[in-house]
Amino acid sequence: MIEVSLTKKLVTASGIVVLTADFTIRENEFITFFGESGAGKTTILRMLAGLTKPDAGFIRAGDEVWFDSSKGIDWPVQKRNIGFVFQDYSLFPNMTIEQNLEFALGGKSGKERIKELLATVNMLGLKDRRPHQLSGGQNQRVAILRAILRQPKLLFLDEPFSALDLDMRLRLQEEVFQIHRKFAMTTVFVSHHITEVFKLSDRVMVIEGGRISRAGSPGEVFGENRLSSKFSFIGEVAEIIRDDVVNILTILIGSNLVRTVASDEEIHDIQPGDKVFVSSKAFNPIVMKYNSAK
Amino acid sequence: MTFDFNPLFLTFQLAAVTTVILLVIGIPLAYWLAFSPRKWRSIIEPLVSMPLVLPPTVLGFYLLLLFSPKYPLGNFLETYFNVRVVFTFWGLIIGSIIFSLPFMVNPIKSGFQNLPKSLSEAAYALGKSPGETLLKVLLPNIKPAVLTGIVMSFAHTVGEFGVVLMIGGNIPGETRVASIAIFSEVEALNYPAANFYSLVLVTTAFVILFLLYHWNRKSVKIF
Repeated sequence: MIEVSLTKKLVTASGIVVLTADFTIRENEFITFFGESGAGKTTILRMLAGLTKPDAGFIRAGDEVWFDSSKGIDWPVQKRNIGFVFQDYSLFPNMTIEQNLEFALGGKSGKERIKELLATVNMLGLKDRRPHQLSGGQNQRVAILRAILRQPKLLFLDEPFSALDLDMRLRLQEEVFQIHRKFAMTTVFVSHHITEVFKLSDRVMVIEGGRISRAGSPGEVFGENRLSSKFSFIGEVAEIIRDDVVNILTILIGSNLVRTVASDEEIHDIQPGDKVFVSSKAFNPIVMKYNSAK
Repeated sequence: MTFDFNPLFLTFQLAAVTTVILLVIGIPLAYWLAFSPRKWRSIIEPLVSMPLVLPPTVLGFYLLLLFSPKYPLGNFLETYFNVRVVFTFWGLIIGSIIFSLPFMVNPIKSGFQNLPKSLSEAAYALGKSPGETLLKVLLPNIKPAVLTGIVMSFAHTVGEFGVVLMIGGNIPGETRVASIAIFSEVEALNYPAANFYSLVLVTTAFVILFLLYHWNRKSVKIF
């Protein structure tokens, strides 16, 4: 368990904000910091990892004290045994994919394990390429492998999917979730994408105005359970077309486009690009076996 | 007609020694300037770049005074170590190091600053020390900047005149480098000799810069 109580002064576009964060992270939990960009969620992640120094407070991980301003303790990131995945992948451009992974292991022998890991993500054939020769998704995959190679207890993910296209994003989300489960890791995730937060997190903390404004399961936090619906999805409005008395909405849910109608009242505060709940309770859906070979 | 090759040897020897020493001091200094807190940097940074704006004679003049046996430091060195700096080859090296310092430090410093911060952070998160990160991650990724620093320091040392003349004088075989030889040959109205040294320097400068641009064009593709 990790107990955290931190403050840090942030200089933002709207003036100086004092970021305060008090929370605990349980073992093997997938926890997400959610909020607008600039809200301070990345700063919280970086303070936990030891990349940014908090102004005051403490971080206790199990029986280790990583940071305690009252005692002058501040462990460097090297000592905290964590894995960190950056938004921009941060693979070393001077090394091949394989060398990037070997560098993570240091002197330890692990060539076989690296090959095995690369094979599980279908990238063994690319091991001698350099990062700039691969796609963003492939780079981020390697960056995730590199972060978990040293088998850290904690994995930090700083908006790792934000630079990827939807298809790759969905695939990597799945892989991250598998890794989280398989290696029994505690994962701390930062995102402003409500769909991936829903999909991955056990618990969400919403950062607003420099503090944690809401915390709980994704359902509790985003109010999903207030609707007594059979079906509920979060989607993004792609298009609104006015047609006589109704409006036709095209909504992107996952990777599917869904078309539905809505009254003027329903959509008065909705514009293309907005995130919306799409729920339904008055019909019985047809369920059939899906044959993926087709 | 035979020419004295000694000034040319001396020039390239001076440039080579200066460049090696500058590389050793330049990398840590550039690293420190790129990543240290602003308050110290704001004093050291202008000092490093001063030779860019000062007339070389000013620098040479103060170095001459500083190391003159009539003043404390020069006197100290001569009395206790039996070392004389003024009008010797070592005096030229000290002068050249200070004079070419910005040419080594500034490109490497910008190289470090242009690297994404997450690159070193990623290495630290993998448990690597700052030293290992510098050698295995940062320096290999700023090879063009390091190369520019090396080549520019070398070329600039080959071309210097004022500092060398002030602190070294014009002693054949000791401090008479090519640029000074050209000046004294012209004074002696020996134009063929002056032309010979000048042509060698023009050719060298062109070849060095040509190779630098050629290499850097190639290596930039990594990014």
